[in-house]
Amino acid sequence: MISDSEKQLRIIGTQINYYFICKTKLWLFSHHIQMEQESDLVSLGKLLHSKSYKDEKEYTIDNLISIDFIKKRDYLELHEVKKSNKMKKSHEYQLLYYTYYLKNKKGIKNIKGILNYPKIRKKATINLDKSKEKDLMDIIEDIGNIINNETPKPQKIKICRKCAYFEFCWV
Amino acid sequence: MKKNYYLMSDGLLKRKENTVYFVNKDVKKPIPINKIYAIYAYGSLTFSSQAIHLLAKEGIAVHFFNYYGYYDGSFYPREKLLSGDLIIKQAEHYLDHEKRIFIAKKFVEGAAKNMDKVLKYYSLENHISSILNDLDGCNKITEVMNVEGRIRADYYQKMNQILPEDFEFEKRVKRPPENMVNALISFGNSLLYSTVLSEIYNTQLNPTISYLHEPSQRRFSLALDLSEIFKPILVDRLIFYLVNKKMINADDFEKDLNYCLLNDKGRKTFIKQYDERLKKTIKHRELNRKVSYKRLIRLESYKLIKHLLGTKEYKPFVMWW
Repeated sequence: MISDSEKQLRIIGTQINYYFICKTKLWLFSHHIQMEQESDLVSLGKLLHSKSYKDEKEYTIDNLISIDFIKKRDYLELHEVKKSNKMKKSHEYQLLYYTYYLKNKKGIKNIKGILNYPKIRKKATINLDKSKEKDLMDIIEDIGNIINNETPKPQKIKICRKCAYFEFCWV
Repeated sequence: MKKNYYLMSDGLLKRKENTVYFVNKDVKKPIPINKIYAIYAYGSLTFSSQAIHLLAKEGIAVHFFNYYGYYDGSFYPREKLLSGDLIIKQAEHYLDHEKRIFIAKKFVEGAAKNMDKVLKYYSLENHISSILNDLDGCNKITEVMNVEGRIRADYYQKMNQILPEDFEFEKRVKRPPENMVNALISFGNSLLYSTVLSEIYNTQLNPTISYLHEPSQRRFSLALDLSEIFKPILVDRLIFYLVNKKMINADDFEKDLNYCLLNDKGRKTFIKQYDERLKKTIKHRELNRKVSYKRLIRLESYKLIKHLLGTKEYKPFVMWW
């Protein structure tokens, strides 16, 4: 048996990311109705990752969180590579979640997160503090509620037309 | 842009690095892997396991047709898109009689309305919509099938008025087709079946759980269900076009005492035009975006998924032109 808190933590970074973008996408993705394999933007993202940081290797932990690459200093530096900084909040919380996970599940205290935007040559540093940690706990609970309910009705937003689920949602 | 490859002659399919080659005594044709959507093999095909490994990795189906142009089977690669939740919903809608018959009727309704559109295009009056009214009273799948059969009988009878004299036919005869029109319908339908199957493969739907046709062990019967809606649009209209434009004539058939089949030349013409149609686009009303006919089949799968998930009730695709 796994405890409730354990169950809550069976959440992957993509879900945190989608939580900020679209609840319908979050629900469908979480129920394995996945469409990303056909998205040119997703392939572009993967390509960007493999070209920009050739020597770095991706880490998958507990089959749950995939960190683009890690640098070991006197603290642990988690890196996430993104295409553009338009969805900053979703990127930020995705990376905060990795930090949160490593801190609470693996007992690693000294962690710093860095968002890399190689295309625009920018970086952003992310730190997990008390209030962000509280946010994450709420988000995780909220994600659980969303995916255990009916499919949320899609809402038309600006990014719909670029989304891999566009046809699915609006047909 | 990925495309369908139709291999009409005998040959060998082999792999060299990340390219698949089709080789025989006349050609050595490279097919870059990321250009292949699906392969349709009409000739006899020998392939190396290395080629199959690569096709499996990329999720590319190979559909095989026999000497007569009939569908034999597919190399259906390991499923990559699986959703346990959706499969359970799919089965639930099969097991619950009310739910099953709802979907089955929708498939018949879609097929019938598209047949009606085809005939209307040629300004032919028909009884399809009045027979379709009988669908409301059906409580059994066999009754639904019966309505569908009556609609088709009416439709096939009207088809003669579109076809030139030498192409007229009495009734639909399969395995083997007795005359030219039956040969064209059989050939087109099995081609469409494979196309639909490839679309289903690229979704989370399980191709063996169907609603109008009985799920059987021998066929991916959900592809049969969805094909019904697209037969009038993609196969029948193509037949009228090819025959009336004299692009296909009696020379394109191989005839024997009790059967009639398309020959190589006829198949090539048919497939070329069929593929052109799949690629043709229309402006989709809901999406306000151009979509190809092939994509319409995928959208139909999405609509079915949404129905099964309870997001939106399924309405079959009906031509609006």
